[in-house]
Amino acid sequence: MVPFASSHSTQKAFFVLNPPHLNMPERVTQDEVRRVLALARLELSDEEIAVLQGELDAILRWVERLNALETEGVPPTFHALEEATRLREDRPEAGLRRSEALRGAARSVEGAFAVPRVVEGE
Amino acid sequence: MSAAFLDSAQAICQAVERGEASALEITQSALERIEALNARLRAFLHIDREQAIAQASAIDRAKKRGEALGPLCGVPIAIKDNICVRGMPTTCASRVLEGWVAPYDATAVQKLRKAGAVIVGKTNMDEFAMGSSNEYSAFGVALNPWDLSRVPGGSSGGSAAALAARMTPLALGSDTGGSVRQPAAFCGVVGLKPTYGRVSRYGLVAFASSLDQIGPMATDVDGCARLAQAIFGMDPRDATSADRPIPNLLKEKDAPLSGLRVGVLRLRAEVAPEPGVEACFAQALRILEDLGCILIEVELPSLEYALAAYYILAPAECSSNLARFDGMRYGPRVESENLFRTYCQTRALFGKEVRRRIVLGTYVLSAGYYEAYYAKAQRARTRIVHDFAKAFEKVDLIASPTAPTVAFPIGSRTEDPVAMYLSDVYTLPASLAGLPAISIPAGLSQGMPVGLELTGRPFEEGLLFRLAFAFEKARPPLSPPLVA
Repeated sequence: MVPFASSHSTQKAFFVLNPPHLNMPERVTQDEVRRVLALARLELSDEEIAVLQGELDAILRWVERLNALETEGVPPTFHALEEATRLREDRPEAGLRRSEALRGAARSVEGAFAVPRVVEGE
Repeated sequence: MSAAFLDSAQAICQAVERGEASALEITQSALERIEALNARLRAFLHIDREQAIAQASAIDRAKKRGEALGPLCGVPIAIKDNICVRGMPTTCASRVLEGWVAPYDATAVQKLRKAGAVIVGKTNMDEFAMGSSNEYSAFGVALNPWDLSRVPGGSSGGSAAALAARMTPLALGSDTGGSVRQPAAFCGVVGLKPTYGRVSRYGLVAFASSLDQIGPMATDVDGCARLAQAIFGMDPRDATSADRPIPNLLKEKDAPLSGLRVGVLRLRAEVAPEPGVEACFAQALRILEDLGCILIEVELPSLEYALAAYYILAPAECSSNLARFDGMRYGPRVESENLFRTYCQTRALFGKEVRRRIVLGTYVLSAGYYEAYYAKAQRARTRIVHDFAKAFEKVDLIASPTAPTVAFPIGSRTEDPVAMYLSDVYTLPASLAGLPAISIPAGLSQGMPVGLELTGRPFEEGLLFRLAFAFEKARPPLSPPLVA
């Protein structure tokens, strides 16, 4: 049995699944990248943002191949095997000791995680 | 003790049971080998001599007292650094978790301790398991023992490299889109992604929760079966772990194969493997035929969409899961003038690929794009699940190469994220559908290992092992050039 019906001329061909169309407008602008970075609590330099914008644009163009797949009336799948989710018995169990839970934190005070001031003023 | 002894979990179990070797002797020889090689291979991020020796000594004492020994007694095992081992650092190869020591054991690790396996350390990986080459580790790439200029694959590359270098006969990895199977193929070892829900995810640092599974890896099929047997099972601590009977995997060793229907994927030229891999795969199919399998061509029309769906769904889930790394509860904190800036400065410790995926995931989940990207990808996922279900009406298993190429040279793909993502084109579909899949060594191309991937119906790991055992007998495990 021949595993693959047709072969390809060069090894490289494999990596050109869907060449980007150069004239298409960009999928994501630098301003949008900045907005998303703020949502995700990330900061990048202007140079890094420019590079990331290009990469995201390429990835988004490439994933848009999905539009060719007919999904009208197809329900979404959140978990592949739906039987999986179930509740455990409601029975108290020993958990981590407080000192153990806090040991990995950068700062703790009086048995609690210490975080920077959240409310401005005073 | 020779490195050859570290080839086989079975040989070690037998030697310890019969009193021909002590768990301590075996652990010492594994530690010696790891310490001698690791500076070059970087397979381990953390070696825990003290814990390993204490554990091995405890096994030897139990044996002396005449207690029954566990099924993995005295076998050294390496654990991927995104799986919690109490008292050992768990960094996910990220600066964000540098120095964080796990305060508890993952359920899989707890089970390993009970089975008598000896945990020797934590292995290198792509940061937070995001990558296909190990090059996105914050602590330096692990090398492929077959050719030190090539990647070991990823993200469980350190575990695969440790096995190929015969540092340990067993390792745990984790597989979200191929992260156990692809490095197993690249390093010429065996790796299983169990059915979603087979192994508890409690204590596995979450990347994409609807896809993540801890997977057993080993130098041979027997070791992989023993390890799988030890970690499978329902866990009240993981609501997605499945309450299903567990098959006896070692019993599959001599089970008859004849009449087993093996599906062979019809692939379009665009997603065909490189010629050397294709030749190796064709040879593997002939071996399957000789073993009595019936080969049937199958089609998964949605196969080509799996990759695109995955690279929407996995980043979306990761952007949500990685929100917890903000410097407050674990890992270092970079203090700044206010809370927002403190979050940002701390999260600047994430590497490039992790940031890329968090931003991509946040984008596809953000208002206005959710329907176009995320919902679309989830509908595509349903199509993929249906395609598999249809194929499994005609066949019992599906065979494919594990990866389209052999291990590639270090640095050859880091500039192009999409080219890197394509390494996972044959492994992602089973991940999206939650199916079990195993990679076993099929042969060599350009002197580098090629993997044969077998994918099965949900919870039919037994059948995967039945065929894997028979295939290995027909084509014994590859012997890597021993790095000295």
